[in-house]
Amino acid sequence: MLRIDTGDTAFILMSAALVMLMTPGLAFFYGGMVRKQNVLSTMMHSFIMIGMVSVLWVLYGYSLAFGPDNHGLIGNFDWALFNGVGSEPNPDYAATIPHNVFAMFQLMFAIITTALISGAFAERIRFPFFMLFMVLWVTVIYFPVAHWVWGVGGWLRTLGALDFAGGTVVHITSGVSGLVLAMLLGKRRGLGTIPMPPHHLPLTVLGAALLWFGWFGFNAGSALGANGLAGSALVTTNTAAAAGVVGWVMVEWMRQGKATLLGAASGAVAGLVAITPAAGFVTPGAAVVMGLISGPLCYMGVLMKHRLGYDDALDAFGIHGLGGTWGAIATGIFATTAVNSAGADGLLYSGNVDLLIKQLIAVAASYAFATAATIIIYYAVNGITKARATAEEEYTGLDLTQHGEEAYAGFAVQGGSFGHTSLNSDPSGLPKMVTMPNQPHL
Amino acid sequence: MKKIEAIIRPVKLDEVKDALNKAGVRGMTVTQVAGCGLQKGKKGFYRGSEYSIDLLPKVKLEVIVPDAMVDQLLDIITTQVRSGEIGDGKIFVYPVETAVRIRTGEKGEEAL
Repeated sequence: MLRIDTGDTAFILMSAALVMLMTPGLAFFYGGMVRKQNVLSTMMHSFIMIGMVSVLWVLYGYSLAFGPDNHGLIGNFDWALFNGVGSEPNPDYAATIPHNVFAMFQLMFAIITTALISGAFAERIRFPFFMLFMVLWVTVIYFPVAHWVWGVGGWLRTLGALDFAGGTVVHITSGVSGLVLAMLLGKRRGLGTIPMPPHHLPLTVLGAALLWFGWFGFNAGSALGANGLAGSALVTTNTAAAAGVVGWVMVEWMRQGKATLLGAASGAVAGLVAITPAAGFVTPGAAVVMGLISGPLCYMGVLMKHRLGYDDALDAFGIHGLGGTWGAIATGIFATTAVNSAGADGLLYSGNVDLLIKQLIAVAASYAFATAATIIIYYAVNGITKARATAEEEYTGLDLTQHGEEAYAGFAVQGGSFGHTSLNSDPSGLPKMVTMPNQPHL
Repeated sequence: MKKIEAIIRPVKLDEVKDALNKAGVRGMTVTQVAGCGLQKGKKGFYRGSEYSIDLLPKVKLEVIVPDAMVDQLLDIITTQVRSGEIGDGKIFVYPVETAVRIRTGEKGEEAL
């Protein structure tokens, strides 16, 4: 019988909770950046994924991603309903923690990956399409790609491509799929003629702070033990995030004459995304370089959308797609076995491009698969229920048209927003507030 | 009776309010408004995008007073608010037909 290490187990339990908190954090991050008539729908796109993906994960998701291998492409259904995934460790993945703890830690990655995509199509997608699309996306794209990279027998894992905490699986797949969706959906109506500035930046900064905080679980937790490697990942993670802040703010300051808090928050996320695949393989010095480059790189990625004419509303591709790509490539340059003997030496240490080529293969395969599968899923689901909100829905806002609720009452009168309540008399002669039929009774 | 409507810098509201109270003005209505005039707007930035903020936040202060007080109050408001820079605001004076205090039914200047 394998021995469970209590320290490792406690750490991964905590790390799972940290990564879980990143998804509500992302809801705040994205929610603050949209206009006020869309804040709830945008936050819903993240929050509902905690519900939906968690259920799919237990039903069959974990089994497809990590279960016994089929041709290096996908797991089988042996572990459906967590069958056999109990307190006994699985030495293939983590020999010192219960298998079910490992499975729950991995679940949190699947959740946030789906939520990340939603930044690309904010403010213009219909909710029924969103839900159906995401069920298929996580099943057809995430579970297989997670298997390729992390599953025992997965072809990229066997190839020797390195992805410590999910640069390819999480950030490239979500960023690229977001970009494809943004193109297929078209721009938000009025973009370019009316400004669409963020409606509540303090919310966005709160979200960025929660993401940064949760990322310690994401990256250090990916060591799968409370050990020196986790410490090493913690150092590189915080360093790259900090360097990302500095890099983004510097380039923004030079270009537009002012440094913004949104830029600082965005730079932190860019740095965190970039270090994700490399966190347990590179030195703190490499983390500084990776973070400093990620800021300006993602800033340029954000500007690129205006020139190329697609509406990646909250920059899912600009930050996660590009940052993830940079991180995967940089891993091929900066990885060193001096940090992690289970890793490999990158260009800088080995003097050859072997690892870099493997990294590029992983990137290219993720881009190609995410693009093709997203296009197919989009057209299939769009044939069942339309993806794009109507002009009327878009002008009114998705909060009211898709969800029947408003974040901020526009006109404050007793009992709720103006026009939503009426005064009625009951037989006792005392007036009382009643809600209109379209308002649910609480 | 006249209505004095002053559109002023938000930061000056408290000083004006106190000065008007001292001069015997008992009631006023204050609204947050946005507007443009000679004062130029500001530039806003989000993720490298630039947009202009043309409508600047102002406060609209309305008081209804007897005709005899108008000149004195215009002086008070002007003195309190003036900074000499563009963006100090404007004052408009309108005639008012009548006023009613809802609680008692008093009409005219009695109701002020």
